[in-house]
Amino acid sequence: MSSFLDRLLHREPNSAGQAKERLKLVLIHDRTDLAPGMMDALKDEIIAVISRHIDIDPNAVRIEMTQEGREQRLVADIPLRPAQRRRTG
Amino acid sequence: MTGKVITFTSGKGGVGKTTATANVGAALASAGNKVVCIDADIGLRNLDVILGLENRIVYDLVDIIEGRCRLRQAMIRDKRVPELYLIPAAQTRDKSAVSPSDMIRLCDELRPEFDWILIDSPAGIERGFRNAVAPADIVVVVTNPEVSAVRDADRIIGLVESEEKGPARLVINRIKPDMVKRGEMLSVDDVLELLAIELLGMVPDDETIITGANRGTPVVLNGKNKAGQAFINIARRLNGEEVPFMAMEEEGGIFGRMARWFRRPQ
Repeated sequence: MSSFLDRLLHREPNSAGQAKERLKLVLIHDRTDLAPGMMDALKDEIIAVISRHIDIDPNAVRIEMTQEGREQRLVADIPLRPAQRRRTG
Repeated sequence: MTGKVITFTSGKGGVGKTTATANVGAALASAGNKVVCIDADIGLRNLDVILGLENRIVYDLVDIIEGRCRLRQAMIRDKRVPELYLIPAAQTRDKSAVSPSDMIRLCDELRPEFDWILIDSPAGIERGFRNAVAPADIVVVVTNPEVSAVRDADRIIGLVESEEKGPARLVINRIKPDMVKRGEMLSVDDVLELLAIELLGMVPDDETIITGANRGTPVVLNGKNKAGQAFINIARRLNGEEVPFMAMEEEGGIFGRMARWFRRPQ
């Protein structure tokens, strides 16, 4: 309810919500010892390796850290380009 | 009798480890258990003043470990409850005066005589923390609903797991229900979602904690107050009783209702 009011009045979201979102990210990096800037480098390298074998759209690649209980998981969503397009084009 | 060892730890300082140790200890003793509280914060002892026993210290933890006194001689009995004892920390030494194996040996000596051995861990993740956690059967992580305390709690929970002392159990201390209601403080369910461990108790922020500390009387010994009731509930849960988290509702209003909804991490 308060977030609806906040939007209505163009107010900042409440601080508890901000704390939670910030902590989510901080904890992911603390738990995995992966510096925030490392994710981009990791993503670029994964794209480079996969592109060598299959045709993918680098802009559609999503690589995210997710949490399940106290377990961290690196989830990569890599859409493939249809093979026929390669033959015709 | 084979006593269980519970260590209260947190990573961050000032979240209420000593208050929790003193109050859970006093609550367990009031319920008829034989309890000893060990202050493992060597060099920065405080459990003695919180329990109001500072004037009766003769020997301390390091004296026991270095053989200058017998175990019995260093135990101070709290006369307000039937069976509550304190082993104070040394004030003029540092954490390196004690090793994890010293703590394990000491607790093994205490186990046959006590129901509960409570250890108040120092802040930090170094030697003092490892000393305090080494003999633990149960590790209780104390935190506050604040970003720095939650972050440090997460780190400690990971360390407890890697020391094979997990899963740790969580006490969220100093909750301000009105701030939570306004969305300006992390709620119990927010913290549980972030840390993903089992909740042992939640304690509202309460002025009587400070007045109790001023007097050297743990709030559980001092009649009806919200924080005291919360610590009594923690003690009952440790003793295996199913105490619903909504028990605070009568006093806590919205706070208690929220608690009922969000009492498990998943």
